[in-house]
Amino acid sequence: MSQPVMVAGTIPVPALEPDSRWTYLDNVRRNTGPYTSEEFDTSDEAVSTMDRLKVLGAGGLGCELLKDLALSGFKDIHVIDMDTIDVSNLNRQFLFRHSDVGKSKAEVAARFVEKRVKGVSITPHNCKIQDKDEDFYMQFNIVICGLDSIEARRWMNSTLINLADPENPESYKPLIDGGTEDCQIAGLSTQLGFKGQSRVVFPTITSCLECQLDMHAPRQAVPLCTLATIPRQPEHCIEWAHIIAWEQEQPFPKLDNDDPEHITWLYKKALARAEEFKISGVTYSLTQGVVKNIIPAIASTNAIIAASCCNEAFKIATQTNPSLGFEENYMMYSGNDSIYTYTFKHEKKDDCPVCGQLARDLEVDPNFTLQEFIESLAERAEAQLKKPSIRAESHTLYMQSPVSLEEMTRPNLKKKIGELVGNGDEIAITDPSLGTVNFKYKLKFFKEYRAAV
Amino acid sequence: MTAVITDQAPPILKGPSDKEKKYDRQLRLWAASGQQALEDAHILLLNSGAGTVGVETLKNLVLPGIGKFTIADNATVKHADLGVNFFLDEDCLGKPRSECCVKLLQELNPDVKGDWFPREKGESLESLFGHGHNFTLIMYSLPIEAESLALVQKYAEKNQVPLLSIHSAGFYSYFRIHLPGTFPIVDTHPESTATTDLRLLTPWPELSKFAADVTADIENQSAHEHGHIPYVALLLHYLGKWKDIHGSLPSTYKEKTAFRDTVSAGARRDNPEGGEENFDEATAAVLKTISAPSLASSVKEVFDYKPSEVEASSSFWVITDAIKQFYGKHNALPLPGSVPDMKAQSTIYVQLQNIYKAKARRDISEVLEIVRAHPSGKDVEVAEIETFSKNAAFIKLIRGIDSTPPSIQTIASQEFENDKTAELTMMPLSLLPIYLSLNATSHLPSASSSDILATVGKDVLGASDNQRLVEAAEEVARAKGGELHNISALTGGMVAQEVIKIITKQYIPIDNTCVFDGIISRAQVLRI
Ligand SMILES: [Zn+2]
Repeated sequence: MSQPVMVAGTIPVPALEPDSRWTYLDNVRRNTGPYTSEEFDTSDEAVSTMDRLKVLGAGGLGCELLKDLALSGFKDIHVIDMDTIDVSNLNRQFLFRHSDVGKSKAEVAARFVEKRVKGVSITPHNCKIQDKDEDFYMQFNIVICGLDSIEARRWMNSTLINLADPENPESYKPLIDGGTEDCQIAGLSTQLGFKGQSRVVFPTITSCLECQLDMHAPRQAVPLCTLATIPRQPEHCIEWAHIIAWEQEQPFPKLDNDDPEHITWLYKKALARAEEFKISGVTYSLTQGVVKNIIPAIASTNAIIAASCCNEAFKIATQTNPSLGFEENYMMYSGNDSIYTYTFKHEKKDDCPVCGQLARDLEVDPNFTLQEFIESLAERAEAQLKKPSIRAESHTLYMQSPVSLEEMTRPNLKKKIGELVGNGDEIAITDPSLGTVNFKYKLKFFKEYRAAV
Repeated sequence: MTAVITDQAPPILKGPSDKEKKYDRQLRLWAASGQQALEDAHILLLNSGAGTVGVETLKNLVLPGIGKFTIADNATVKHADLGVNFFLDEDCLGKPRSECCVKLLQELNPDVKGDWFPREKGESLESLFGHGHNFTLIMYSLPIEAESLALVQKYAEKNQVPLLSIHSAGFYSYFRIHLPGTFPIVDTHPESTATTDLRLLTPWPELSKFAADVTADIENQSAHEHGHIPYVALLLHYLGKWKDIHGSLPSTYKEKTAFRDTVSAGARRDNPEGGEENFDEATAAVLKTISAPSLASSVKEVFDYKPSEVEASSSFWVITDAIKQFYGKHNALPLPGSVPDMKAQSTIYVQLQNIYKAKARRDISEVLEIVRAHPSGKDVEVAEIETFSKNAAFIKLIRGIDSTPPSIQTIASQEFENDKTAELTMMPLSLLPIYLSLNATSHLPSASSSDILATVGKDVLGASDNQRLVEAAEEVARAKGGELHNISALTGGMVAQEVIKIITKQYIPIDNTCVFDGIISRAQVLRI
């Protein structure tokens, strides 16, 4: 008679040293493979260097990143996140419970992972990435960011590239970036949720996030006149309530996107306007989505992107296999229609305003006023600067702050570009999203300048 | 005619429920219907080996609120587990791995039920399958004992349950979906840019009249009126003129570009903007919208498929049959009825929207009548027919694993043949060697590279002379059956996405095997 079949777990658990927590990591750390380089070192000493590496995880992928880093053998992990836990995080940020709502994400996550994985130290920083200075970022060996805005990414990118000092090899911090919220290539992809990307930057050596900026085109804003006079979509009615009606009526002192009372006010306003114009489709959920610019997000996509980032960090730290970076440096993932990955090399741009050497050519109509020129910078895919301050070679054109300088330079806004600078002149632009970095542009007039009569 | 209810009920002024708040970010992806399907599901994981990839998958299913999950696993927790599996801690050492993982997974979501097996030492797997559970889907991680595998396959076959195998070792992984029979999908969620269907070459009377009305005396319209004619009307207007001159509509690329120039020339440029936005939109839309609709190959495949007698009475095939008849009669699918946003006056735009909506409703009514005439069409729900009609251009059939799949040798020959020209065609190299090497250890805790190559060599000629196969075998051997957390977390994410697609019947699952290479960070889907 045959034996009853036992549960699959009778396949013995593979183990080198049965008492070692890191048996499986050691399989690859202590054995060469077909793709490891000649310098790959399997000694105790080499393996233990990982204990001293300091890595930083930033932003929305935090829970996954901390789990993955802790189980990759990193021992000294820092996490930086200014957000507090919201109930809508609980469907994917698995270190948080209902009772944690309102607490600091960084602190709750750090405590949880430290408790679960013995021997790991996790230091939380409950603040914005911009609140930390260069000395802070200098202490890390690798930075992984899963930030949810382009502005924050650009800031981190330019800050790390600024740190890179040819005299000091320690100052080159590999930057690994993962995202699930803006992976649209030139605006083609509209269905987010099952998609994401991860990429690796070796500062000043390989293509940086700024080099790749035009792959993440800004969302086109609806013209104000459409909102004000000819709405056609439910979104137009919501934006009208959000931008115009709120300003006019000021129902509460300050709009709080997380206050249901405020959202309900906007929803009712939008609904009334939609009825007036016979537009259907305004719902509470859509109102919330438009006002907060909500992008769908699920646990599995976060898991894929965060693990991809940590896998690259692990390979960089251990040399157990080649990492993304010098050749292919960008992986796109899409799970909407079957599974599709596209892994490629994004070329570094010599005229990248952050990591390049050359001033970038900027085509400009000299008959634009400085005001119009500044507005156009927000919309150009390769610039996307919302609050730029501009200096020409010999004088300041416009400064957003401090107030005294703003007042002094404000009259320039009405002047035409051709009046302020010459064709071929270089200008330098700073913007809060760039940290301390300047954009250098060489102006190319593509039209004749007609001086005002 | 049978009435069709499409108008929405008036919105109710109330905020979201607690559940809607918690699941807000995912409800925007699969809606309440998808959520309900998840909450009705019971998933079984048969765990073994290093035991992490399946647990990571479950994590991504517990969080979005799957109804119930069960882990069957005979292992007791060892130190090595603690270095790879996040859902275990020091207190679990020496205890049953199934029970410990279930308890820590359940903490993630109080709305999800968890169960483990065996409940008592020595309970056999047969008793789990004999308990009258209704598993919605079963996953098993590899390696697995041949007897256990045979048992789970038998159960899945008998109960028509989707079966997923997952294998993660070192930097590599693969997973394979075994669907019971064919798997049709209506709600495929196409990219919104792909769904515009304006029928400008075959306008119906109401649409033609609308276009004629808003372009009447176009030369003498005020700047405001002229600048707000919706581009749909502009294109119809200029198409009419073109036909008057050329006798037919523009069909070749050359004709279409010439037509585009005609449209562009109609814009008034003596204004401060130097042009008109609606004309820009019209010009930009020419190449995309001025073309005869053609049936996507995926839809043709659905139309050509001969469903079995059992399948044929299901609502999907009844509606497909009706849509096919509709297509035969009109040489077009039912109109989806949506209109993209365009520069226009509010009232004019709403009027245009209503014309498309009305036509879509008429098409749906016609499909509905054909469905009702079908012997199995009495009870098909109107809502299903509506959804189907609106999405008819994007329906999809996953055939699943063939009853007589191509031999591994055939697949290997083809993949390796493609690899020879990969550099020229700029295509990535096949990941089949990874699948073959992992597959060779399906029932072994670990194996040497020469053993792996010997096993692969039984199915694939010249395996040990194939450089990439040798390397893949060496890399698999290097891992000694151990999982790397990152690779298992990443794979667990991919598998969870597939499980969600299968359970919600939304989006399109893989057919049928996905291989992931964590060294070059690339996935490939193979039909094996
Ligand atoms: Zn750059």
